[in-house]
Amino acid sequence: MDKNRFFFEHYGLTERNLERYLAAALSAGGDYADLYFEYLSSTSLMVDESIVKSASQGISAGCGVRVIAGERTGYAYTDDLSPERILHAARTAALIASGPAKTPAVGFQEKPARSLYPVTLPSVDAEITAKVELVMRADTAARAFDPRIKEVRAGYADELRNILVVGSDGTFAEDTQPLARMNVGCIAKTDGNSARGTSGGGGRVALDFFFGEKTPEFFAKESARQAILQLDAREAPAGEMEVVLGPGWPGVLLHEAVGHGLEADFNRKQTSAFAGLIGKRVASEKCTVVDNGTMPWRRGSLNVDDEGQPTQNTVLIEKGILKGYLSDKLSSRLMGVADTGNGRRESYEHIPMPRMTNTYMLPGDDAPEDIIHSVKHGIYAVNFGGGQVDITNGKFVFSASEAYLIEDGQITAPIKGATLIGNGPDVLTRVSMVGNDLKLDEGVGTCGKDGQSVPVGVGIPTIKVDRLTVGGTAKKDLGGFMQ
Amino acid sequence: MPETQLETRNQKLETDLRGLAQDIVQRAMSGGATAAECIVREGDEFSTVVRLGQVETLKESGSKAIGIRVFNGQRAASTYSSDFSRSGLDRMVKSALELAKITSEDPYAGIPEASQLGSLEGDLDLYHSDVYSLPGEERINYARRTEKAALDYDPRIKNSEGGSFDAATGHKVLANSHGFVGEYRRSYCSVAAVPIAQAEDGKMQRDYWFSVARTLSRLESPEEVGKIAAQRTLRRLGARKVKTARVPVVFDPMVAASILDHIFEGVNGDSIYRGASFLAGKLGQKIAGDQVTVIDDGTMPGGFGTSPFDGEGIPTRRTVVIENGVLKSYLLNTYTAKKLGLQTTANAARGLAGTPGIGPGNYFLQPGVKTPKEIIGGIPEGLYVTEFLGHGVNLVTGDYSRGASGLWISGGELTYPVEEITVGGNLKEMFFNISEIGNDLEFRGAIACPTIRIDGLTVGGE
Repeated sequence: MDKNRFFFEHYGLTERNLERYLAAALSAGGDYADLYFEYLSSTSLMVDESIVKSASQGISAGCGVRVIAGERTGYAYTDDLSPERILHAARTAALIASGPAKTPAVGFQEKPARSLYPVTLPSVDAEITAKVELVMRADTAARAFDPRIKEVRAGYADELRNILVVGSDGTFAEDTQPLARMNVGCIAKTDGNSARGTSGGGGRVALDFFFGEKTPEFFAKESARQAILQLDAREAPAGEMEVVLGPGWPGVLLHEAVGHGLEADFNRKQTSAFAGLIGKRVASEKCTVVDNGTMPWRRGSLNVDDEGQPTQNTVLIEKGILKGYLSDKLSSRLMGVADTGNGRRESYEHIPMPRMTNTYMLPGDDAPEDIIHSVKHGIYAVNFGGGQVDITNGKFVFSASEAYLIEDGQITAPIKGATLIGNGPDVLTRVSMVGNDLKLDEGVGTCGKDGQSVPVGVGIPTIKVDRLTVGGTAKKDLGGFMQ
Repeated sequence: MPETQLETRNQKLETDLRGLAQDIVQRAMSGGATAAECIVREGDEFSTVVRLGQVETLKESGSKAIGIRVFNGQRAASTYSSDFSRSGLDRMVKSALELAKITSEDPYAGIPEASQLGSLEGDLDLYHSDVYSLPGEERINYARRTEKAALDYDPRIKNSEGGSFDAATGHKVLANSHGFVGEYRRSYCSVAAVPIAQAEDGKMQRDYWFSVARTLSRLESPEEVGKIAAQRTLRRLGARKVKTARVPVVFDPMVAASILDHIFEGVNGDSIYRGASFLAGKLGQKIAGDQVTVIDDGTMPGGFGTSPFDGEGIPTRRTVVIENGVLKSYLLNTYTAKKLGLQTTANAARGLAGTPGIGPGNYFLQPGVKTPKEIIGGIPEGLYVTEFLGHGVNLVTGDYSRGASGLWISGGELTYPVEEITVGGNLKEMFFNISEIGNDLEFRGAIACPTIRIDGLTVGGE
């Protein structure tokens, strides 16, 4: 135990204190208790109308205490890290349990964990002028892309989260988690027509990422390109048709259609459309889907989850067969399955639950162009806004922000935002082609569940879904779904 | 279950938050700011979920945070902190002053004029300490009763995401360098149930219902809420897809509120001044049907969108946004009003950090005279939407395409449930095509809308 010891240094915590707090948490019984200390500092900047209109910095710190007794969870938190307040929170959380006091394990063990984001200078500590340069450069590049780009908003945000998790089973885990992203939004205008484009990216990276790997110009051009393209988009068709998803961010389909349905809490409670389907076919044999929290620098990655468990690469669907769920401590204990290191929470104010990290489909053998050529009438969707799923009936929705018609094997006109809707447990059974071009998203995903937001990643190669409902507005006529 | 003690609240330090906010403003001004504004928020929350009769979670806590916005001439910056120690607050003020050196000069930046500031007089009926008056076991019982009412309603209700009871109070203080200081407290409590029904073929459906109020005395009974949750869930069993068609669509009040929300985003001064709204430049023009009148009123006693002053310290007011289909007013804060050469409508929404945004007061569509039943009764074939999924709305263009589920209308009656369909159109036309407005306006949040019928939409299915 000789790492940075942030909370020991800054708040005078000792192992002795931690044992005392855990003992208080288990003072009324209970199976398990843990403490989650968090210190979050963040910065954000926004350029709008070519000037830096806002800059903000902040600090939020606190400790959440959880007590588990059977299926019950008691939770309390404090933003005051004094021993009295933490003890008070521990006793409040203890109210969930009723029985003789339990004694937590003596001494803590720190499991070896990866170092997936070893930044030397966290961006939150970097010079603010460099961040100002980033947003200003994005603004310049977007406007230079095309004179029809009339409005540009470019934002930069970073944070550094120090966490310490200790559990009554001896769990001890510390992590320092950087996170940074840029966003560029553009509006293109002509006489009587306007359209928007958005782009962004980042990860658990240092500031130099935006000066090397992915520059402001990269995001700005992408955003401007989308806005210009959308100026000429025609109405999307409506009805069932073949849908080709482009590589990368369209992996949000996996996140919504299957990922949420495989979170262990829903399956423990039998409220997911995927409940009881382990070992069953839920996708075509071309589909293998994983959730991988161990990818270096990725937005969805974590060395340890918010319960102190090292993250891992979990196979969810292998060659079409459902293999496993994403689990946290509570679900693994109650279901008797392994903890996959997916226990996550938004902050110290929140109870952890099973969440995704980076969810993606492994590449197949098909060339992307062959996939397009195989489609007679359909759409090719390459960018999406958000998505949503009802995990109980399995229905999911996501909205394409950049899509094209495919006619006789050729990509033709761009279409306006179309909504794709389907059924999670069977959409992947209709995947007939999987490309060899797996790509992860740029690092912009934020997933919401029960009011808690956490950063995630998604990825997918080009795939073809034989039949999916597209919710456009174009009238049908004898020529098919063309306007 | 031992008695839950609310020590978290009782032991809270009785800090003088008004004094603190004024002091922070003063410190910023002494440090060289030309104007400053400080917000302090503190709150308590209690929540419990009971699932299948057993307590699943019990959560109880309080927290507070402080934020400051400073101006260095026309340059603005903001910082916030949850650390109220002397050094924590010093660092917050110092960082804000430093940051305000690197932002750009913006001729429109600034806090409101002193003459605009103030707070509504009188009791706005926003705070009732009774939301915390129930002993611990009673709170759990509220959640338990709500779930039980749903589970007992029909044997096909076989599972549940639980029944819940939540209570919260919040206290907000705002001070600025014109000498304004104001504060208010608000309380809130709610019960909800999320039952799951299962059909004979094993397919499941989930829905929910809830009641929310500022005082326990106005909370609907757990039994009533649980029963409605069960009814809403059961009616979804056996849902099927429908063929793609253009038919009249009736929006139930919950989903109709989302349409009203799109109007709100469309008249939001932030998107207006940068031309990012399909309603930009439409002031004084007809943007909706004759019977459409939309009001924003931050002054309604007891309202979920009520406050004595907005996020910049300006007394809230009543604004007619759309009158008989004509766009009468955008919704603005000080910044966007200056940008547009207009007066603020006192809709500034101030978070802890950043520039104030724009938020609704109590924002609603003026009800009509027909009952929902009469509206449905006039439709030979159509869709009654009860839920939307996804976010397929483009406010720049007005393009609209959302995942939906609901009930099919045939011969003026609700018939079978439908799902995995989309509803598509363009907001510009949709507002004109609001052909019927129900009489069932009811506030379950700051934005409320009666049942509405919209014609000319595409329902996308098979």
